[in-house]
Amino acid sequence: MKAPRVSEAGVLGGLVLVATLFAILIGPQFLRAANLELMARQTAIVCVAALGMTMVIVAGGIDLSVGSVIALATVVTALLLRSAVDPLFAALGAVAAGAACGALNGVLITGLRVVPFIVTLGTMLLVRGAAKGLSDERRIEAPITWLNELLRSVRGGNGLLLPWGIWLAAALAIAVAITLQYTRFGRHLFAIGSNERTARLSGVRVERSKISVYTIAGALAGLAGVLQLSQLSVGDPTAAIGLELDVIAAVIIGGGSLAGGKGTVLGTVAGAGIMTVIQVGCSQQGLPNWVQQIVTGTIIVFAVALDRVRSRH
Amino acid sequence: MAEAVAGHPRFEMIGVRKAFGATTALDGVDLAVRPGEVCALVGQNGAGKSTLMGILAGALQPDAGKMTLDGAPYAPKNPLEARRAGVAMIYQELSLAPHLSVMENIALGVEPARFGFVDRARVRKTAVDALAELGHPEIAPEARVGGLSPAAQQLVEIARALAMQCRVLVFDEPTSSLGYEDVKKLFELIARLKQQGHAIAYISHFLEEVKQVSDRFVVLRDGRNVGQGETRATATAEIVSLMVGRALDELYPHSARTRGEPVLEVEHLTLHRGEVLGIAGLLGAGRTRLLRRLFGLEPGPLTPRQRWQQGMGMLSEDRTGEGLALGLSIADNITLTKLRDLGPGFFVVPSRQAAATERWIDSLAIRAAGPWQSIAFLSGGNQQKVAFARLLHHDVDVLLLDEPTRGIDVGSKAQIYRLMDQLVSRQKAVLLVSSYFPELLGLCDRIAVMSRGRLGEARPAAEWTEHALVMEASGARAS
Repeated sequence: MKAPRVSEAGVLGGLVLVATLFAILIGPQFLRAANLELMARQTAIVCVAALGMTMVIVAGGIDLSVGSVIALATVVTALLLRSAVDPLFAALGAVAAGAACGALNGVLITGLRVVPFIVTLGTMLLVRGAAKGLSDERRIEAPITWLNELLRSVRGGNGLLLPWGIWLAAALAIAVAITLQYTRFGRHLFAIGSNERTARLSGVRVERSKISVYTIAGALAGLAGVLQLSQLSVGDPTAAIGLELDVIAAVIIGGGSLAGGKGTVLGTVAGAGIMTVIQVGCSQQGLPNWVQQIVTGTIIVFAVALDRVRSRH
Repeated sequence: MAEAVAGHPRFEMIGVRKAFGATTALDGVDLAVRPGEVCALVGQNGAGKSTLMGILAGALQPDAGKMTLDGAPYAPKNPLEARRAGVAMIYQELSLAPHLSVMENIALGVEPARFGFVDRARVRKTAVDALAELGHPEIAPEARVGGLSPAAQQLVEIARALAMQCRVLVFDEPTSSLGYEDVKKLFELIARLKQQGHAIAYISHFLEEVKQVSDRFVVLRDGRNVGQGETRATATAEIVSLMVGRALDELYPHSARTRGEPVLEVEHLTLHRGEVLGIAGLLGAGRTRLLRRLFGLEPGPLTPRQRWQQGMGMLSEDRTGEGLALGLSIADNITLTKLRDLGPGFFVVPSRQAAATERWIDSLAIRAAGPWQSIAFLSGGNQQKVAFARLLHHDVDVLLLDEPTRGIDVGSKAQIYRLMDQLVSRQKAVLLVSSYFPELLGLCDRIAVMSRGRLGEARPAAEWTEHALVMEASGARAS
């Protein structure tokens, strides 16, 4: 028996709808493999960060610091690469830095009992500042390594169909989806997000779970930073400014609720997909950026409104 | 102040009915209070006092019945309308805005304004006048309400009612957050308000207060008038008899029980296997805090997690606020404490969650579409069965039950009573906290009374009567 939790049918339908719409407007080439790959590559960074955000939002929290953590991660990776650290360890270093930022969020939220919005608003500035300090407010050139291949197009190919980074993101998405739906930790997160007092009454270690979830979200943001570096090939302390809002939007379009207790990985991925399709579609249709922003904004509001109507019987 | 002819009621409620779903809260209640009279409304929890006063103050709409205020028809649609008509309720939990000043609170909702700008000078004057009328000019109109003592906050609330020219004041358990001195001052104030011709309705659990403050009393039981009289001419015991009324019915199963080994110390009491130990007390007597500390929900020696691991479970009195996660399914709610057994390692297998849940849906006759149905759409009784099922699923040895049958239908009640009886006959231990005394007398082996934070001695249920419990819990014996 399948547990019907949140229905993702709506958001998946929405994704198909906007893709079809642009295919009609632009022509079938919009859905050709090369274009689909382009969109997947554009989605990957937001998507990886949004996996962590999904867990945080399910647990009734929010993390505004992800954009800054991504920037810090690009700086950390670039600095490590420049000091001739093996690329794998440079990437792991960035993930660790992200996890540390996330752990800081978690500890502050549970220890000081300050709401996540405020704590992560603070760490958003704090981490951004740290990234700038660490890089001396400059872009840091990093030597070209295989990390730069992570999101490079494989058209003409390597037999993998999609770049490594996309496969990595997909594997993580599956892992996070399984964690949320089929592990004790995941079910505890839903309980905390739905009613923290019930979770406490039922013996859930609320503080510990929260620190864990922010740490995981931080680590995933760190990994998103590695992907960002692979695209930019420099460590940039001003990268990903405002990206946290795209990440949150992906979760919300995907059916997540800021009130907590709701959200799925499939929905989030589809939500991130919708935003990319609009972005790529608008630019290929020759529509200016402002149109794209208006469309995305409208979709965020209506996706949530629609979800409310559907959940009222 | 409008002069009403002496003898004519200031307000009158006739045949007021109110039902919440299937539960009838008021079944044709009458109440009339004259100007310059303090009328106490007494009755046990659930008798309908607060509902009746909620209707008078416009917070609730009656299903049937007639109300008049100074002879004119009166049917407020909301509390503001009631206030404008001259009826104000001084709530149990204060309803002030803590971040605003005293004068802003007093004028809240009726701010005198000129061209859309609040006229601060007039706001201030209104506040100063009202506080002076109360005999408490020492309260500064600029003070922030959140920083005042509970007693001063209550005065602000009364001042707010006076500033609106209210002629009917309803006090709902006004002394619950006050110290002894403040209670004395409040009673003096009520006496003064009475002389000024206000009609006052006074709800209290504490009969000694009722004796002290009121001229007349009206007793409600199960949503009906069961008696009234002059307070001075009536003995406390007589009022209690009216409140209690009927004999115990056959709702409460009590199979043969054998008391086993001790499992838990509760202050000076010891809970044994195979018994139901009851703690009787009124709302606010400290019973809930006692239970929460015991279970680790308030700083205590052990955490709730450790308590569950020891085989102890707790049912919260606040079903929707704490007991259940309304956004989650029945399965998630029931299995939350014991997910470990429902899959290998870290994993939880939904089909096993569902199977475990269906067992409880069947055996407790929970009316639901299936284990994955969201709990928000179940009735109160079915929700409570889900909350109870969590303890059963965890197979705890010690059950802490805080008001397990509050606000649920009779059918579900009877079922929960049967379950408790079955559990203790299987050598589980139950600590039952309730403010519904017939239930305690029917189910418990021993009962202790908690009053104003103090837990008394446990005595066999057979040695208690409802009368004695009410006397002890309402402090009537102490006075």
